[in-house]
Amino acid sequence: MNIHEYQGKDVLRQYGVNVPNGYVAYTVDEAVQAAEKLGTDVTVVKAQIHAGGRGKAGGVKVAKGLDEVRTYADEILGKTLVTHQTGPEGKEVKRLLIEEGCDIKKEYYVGVVLDRATSRVVMMASEEGGTEIEEVAEATPEKIFKEVIDPVVGLSGYQARRLAFNINIPDELMGKAVKFMMALYEAFVAKDCSIAEINPLVTTGDGEVLALDAKLNFDDNALFRQKDIQELRDLDEEDEKEIEASKYDLSYISLNGNIGCMVNGAGLAMSTMDIIKHYGGDPANFLDVGGGATAEKVTEAFKIILSDANVKGIFVNIFGGIMKCDVIAEGVVEATKQVGLEIPLVVRLEGTNVELGKKILEESGLNITSAGSMADGAEKIVSLVK
Amino acid sequence: MSVFVNKDTKVVVQGITGGTAKFHTKQMLEYGTNIVAGVTPKKGGSEVEGVPVFNTVKEAVEETGANASVIYVPAPFAADAILEAVDAELDLAICITEHIPVMDMVKVKRYMEGKKTRLVGPNCPGVITPEECKIGIMPGYIHKKGHIGVVSRSGTLTYEAVHQLSEAGYGQSTAVGIGGDPVNGTDFIDSLKAFNEDSETEAVIMIGEIGGTAEEEAAEWVKANMKKPVVGFIGGATAPPGKRMGHAGAIISGGKGTADEKIRVMNECGIQVAETPAVMGETMIRVLEENGLKEKCKTH
Repeated sequence: MNIHEYQGKDVLRQYGVNVPNGYVAYTVDEAVQAAEKLGTDVTVVKAQIHAGGRGKAGGVKVAKGLDEVRTYADEILGKTLVTHQTGPEGKEVKRLLIEEGCDIKKEYYVGVVLDRATSRVVMMASEEGGTEIEEVAEATPEKIFKEVIDPVVGLSGYQARRLAFNINIPDELMGKAVKFMMALYEAFVAKDCSIAEINPLVTTGDGEVLALDAKLNFDDNALFRQKDIQELRDLDEEDEKEIEASKYDLSYISLNGNIGCMVNGAGLAMSTMDIIKHYGGDPANFLDVGGGATAEKVTEAFKIILSDANVKGIFVNIFGGIMKCDVIAEGVVEATKQVGLEIPLVVRLEGTNVELGKKILEESGLNITSAGSMADGAEKIVSLVK
Repeated sequence: MSVFVNKDTKVVVQGITGGTAKFHTKQMLEYGTNIVAGVTPKKGGSEVEGVPVFNTVKEAVEETGANASVIYVPAPFAADAILEAVDAELDLAICITEHIPVMDMVKVKRYMEGKKTRLVGPNCPGVITPEECKIGIMPGYIHKKGHIGVVSRSGTLTYEAVHQLSEAGYGQSTAVGIGGDPVNGTDFIDSLKAFNEDSETEAVIMIGEIGGTAEEEAAEWVKANMKKPVVGFIGGATAPPGKRMGHAGAIISGGKGTADEKIRVMNECGIQVAETPAVMGETMIRVLEENGLKEKCKTH
């Protein structure tokens, strides 16, 4: 799950990570009030959307005085920002972060991520702050330093110091930088983050070490024990069909094609998309109904696929293991009863309770094209939607 | 021979009184798996499908001599269940449960260092040695005894591969589902090593997906060490970057973990990669023929 920068900074503040003072604003008036409350000479007006690259897209402005805050807030609120992470359609700005400006001396990068190769959490740091870390990794990998963290003892002081020395934090700020890193790691673990990225981390003219930006992502699997984080979810930032799917624990991702897919298992669901493309079709979605789906969940999944106006045909590809074919069949029949079915439907069933599943579909009287294999099904649906 | 599980494996089912566990305990028993015990706290003394239930894994092991466990415990408690299996010094713990928080698994992996137990999973279909022992949730009937080793990050893609092989007359030595999580127990290399040393296995199919670099590392290992032919498949060639494709581990991030890169490295390391999931079986058969193993591996 993603959250906004201002929310991320609030979370970090709770763990003692040094961040600038700031307030969220939903309107121009609120933005001006926030700047008044801050009372600083320079105020930063920052668009809050779930995507990076906001500065380049004109979503971050430095304001001198309240009039400029008003001007910039008015300009950015409601604007659609297109960045390298939003896709060409962009994202509309509905919230601003009004933050105190600071006298930046130097920008650094600090990030905490899971390292799959070691099965450990890793803290990375670089002197090359303020730019995309992937670009730094590509061009000058020697400028990125890593510390692998033992989960038993956590980030050790010497590791944080080593990072700080490696990225040339001035000696007089060493203590503050180490405290910052320790607090960042603590927040990462305590809140079940999947990414905690501070880019840039800055040192300031008045001797502070601050997170100028903060990107926090959270492990969806741990949200059950992070109720306060769950409340930070901003549905405006998500796809409507994906929101609907998440209510039923369905793993659904919107794509741009016209063939709706309903599959069990993530690997098979991805490969179903791949094979549809292979036969010249275009998938409308990724949908894994999961292992423990009930007929009700399958019904909802089917309705979500049908709610996409682009969908011209549906391919149901099931290889039952933990998922039983009869449950899928019941769900499909129930959904079509509820919402009707006017587009081609190809069903391929195999695995646990396959005979029972096929029987349910046959007896339903629905106009279903059955497929003997995954390739057969993909070919059939592609030709039916053409 | 086979890898990880065989007819002598004695299984304890952790979380046996849950709905999914009950269903699959029955299926495993019908397949012929030697299930000797179940564990659910506070349900000790009861029975499920004729299998005695205990309160703790330790007790189950002491009473029945179980040497492997299969875990169907819900995600919030699953890491604890793995720790309990490790503490009871089982040879093998297979965790079916999906959606375990990744920080829990980071701790579990750290705890398991230097311990005896092999973990398979989590978020996996389990391990099956056809006609001997089925531990997990895979449909038993598609598997046939034979000489092809199967190792995969995806459950349903494993079924797909196994089904294609069986239909064509090529049985399997063992099929190992290593699971779709970013932090798991047994990995591709562990499985490939086991297949390399297994006298029953003549060739291996390795099924990966987008995200991480496990396939690339495994391919390098194959190039350096593997004595048997390996074919591959990678799911997710058309997946958009930055989106988590169902499995917690299946995400292309920072330009890393793409199917193209994995396929490129696998090809470089001498692994033939099936172009679509529908030709995983065909690709294996072609490679068997090229290596003069076709006759030997045709089992039915």
